[in-house]
Amino acid sequence: MPIGERAAVLSGIGQSKVGRRLGVDPLALTLDACIGAIEDAGLSRDDIDGLSTYPGGMIAGAPGFTGAGIPEVQDALRLELDWFCGGAELPGQLGSVVNACAAVAAGLARHVLCFRTVWESTAQGGGSRRGIGVSSGGGGGFRASGFMQWSLPFGAASAANWIAMFARRHFHEFGTTREQLAWIAINARRNAARNPGAIYREPMSVDDYLAARLISTPFGLYDCDVPVDGCTAVIVSAAETARDLRQPPPRFEAVGTALRGRPSWDQFDDLTTMALRDAARMMWERTDLRPADVDVAELYDGFSFLAMAWLEALGFCGRGEGGPFVEGGARIAIDGEIPLNTQGGQLSAGRLHGYGFLHEAVVQLRGQGGERQVPGDPRVAVAAAGGGPLASSLLLVAD
Amino acid sequence: MPSVSETPFRLLPQITPENEHFWTGGAEGELRFLHCAACDTLVHPPQPRCPQCLAGGLSPRAVSGRARVATFTVNHQPWIPGFDPPYVVAIVEIEEQRDVRLMTNLVGCDPEAVHIDMPVRVVFEARDEGIHIPLFEPDPRGGEADPSGGGGDADR
Ligand SMILES: [Zn+2]
Repeated sequence: MPIGERAAVLSGIGQSKVGRRLGVDPLALTLDACIGAIEDAGLSRDDIDGLSTYPGGMIAGAPGFTGAGIPEVQDALRLELDWFCGGAELPGQLGSVVNACAAVAAGLARHVLCFRTVWESTAQGGGSRRGIGVSSGGGGGFRASGFMQWSLPFGAASAANWIAMFARRHFHEFGTTREQLAWIAINARRNAARNPGAIYREPMSVDDYLAARLISTPFGLYDCDVPVDGCTAVIVSAAETARDLRQPPPRFEAVGTALRGRPSWDQFDDLTTMALRDAARMMWERTDLRPADVDVAELYDGFSFLAMAWLEALGFCGRGEGGPFVEGGARIAIDGEIPLNTQGGQLSAGRLHGYGFLHEAVVQLRGQGGERQVPGDPRVAVAAAGGGPLASSLLLVAD
Repeated sequence: MPSVSETPFRLLPQITPENEHFWTGGAEGELRFLHCAACDTLVHPPQPRCPQCLAGGLSPRAVSGRARVATFTVNHQPWIPGFDPPYVVAIVEIEEQRDVRLMTNLVGCDPEAVHIDMPVRVVFEARDEGIHIPLFEPDPRGGEADPSGGGGDADR
């Protein structure tokens, strides 16, 4: 079986200012990240012949869920494109990066600029988070349609509700506890303390975690990521261009994009895991590397339980063993057996919606993590994003 | 089947020819799903063909309204203006076919008393336009088999 993604390397990374209520035009944030990534790769914008994003500009989500689409960025940078793709019906946010790998492998483009922009903090006014699909005031004429008709009438208006129910089922089947789940959040906070760019850096204890107000049981406030404004961009390039680049790029060893169960938040066959089970399995089917070969794991934590589910799905611990595995935090610490979310995750470093994990994986593989650098010259990183029916994972190797 | 009084506000579904049987069946006290006669499978959400055997011509069938809690959450966050927390959101498995699940609210019980595998039964909340929202409450008959229970028995 050809492993097409091995034709691709990750040549550059860029990130805008990231913060709460920046009040900045999201397209400006997008350009900051994109121009940064092009420069980081040692390329010029004339080299960019592909453009990819998630979820694109043509989607109705929570306010600030998307900040720029393909045409805005193409026009702002006057790119001459041979290939482009933007959309939300992908295997998670990093599905847009997998698309770029596929385009490179197919010879449709040589250097694909990929980006993800959020401005949820400014767009939502810093107030409490709204439900998905909830019009302002829930006005009289509104009717729920599509898949939201099965959840909105019951007030299940947020992924917090949907994912909380997976966590609850996991607690029921495997005996997982809030005191264990807490360590996903505490680990993120410990790592954020070493990251000057993180949003929340003050120490957090198990007691702090348990004392926070409840959102949707078993989730409290610290199980939920923090909305921010910001953009992350990466460049996926054809491997044969590596000598033109500013620095030796990590390469794509394998990707996982599978969705083998029902594409649903409530009809999936196993309520203790999600599509990430299928994506992770597929990724390992495409490589001889094994979980024990991974030096650093950057796993989506839009809600704490998702990172635990990814740890299990990727085989860093057994199915149902996530609770005992993370308890106490030693195994997932920066100096532990599988350092997790070294930048502070979305829980403490901000909800950059998937792309922040890929950015951090590259930072770690380059040894540029500063105070939060994983010791021992990490060579293999996994970046994974998504929850519910949306998931993909990327295995990166720095040779 | 019993009905419950209206809550002050609830977001309602857009009724279509495809989903009408589900959202209005409560007017006759019935929880209805599309059923494939060819392979005796309940299909949810509604589809033009049976996803198991691809037969067309699915027709609504009433089930007993009995179910079990597969999982749940007690929501404390005010996501929807007018729909005030706390409230219990659950995924329930229909007795006749466990892989048919509904997201719903549990009513008529203390949120602290809800547990996975709890037997529940449907209760409808009547809204405008003939819409009847299927909610679930504790089933006083517990987990015992109900010989009068309707629907198929394709418990897979
Ligand atoms: Zn059939």
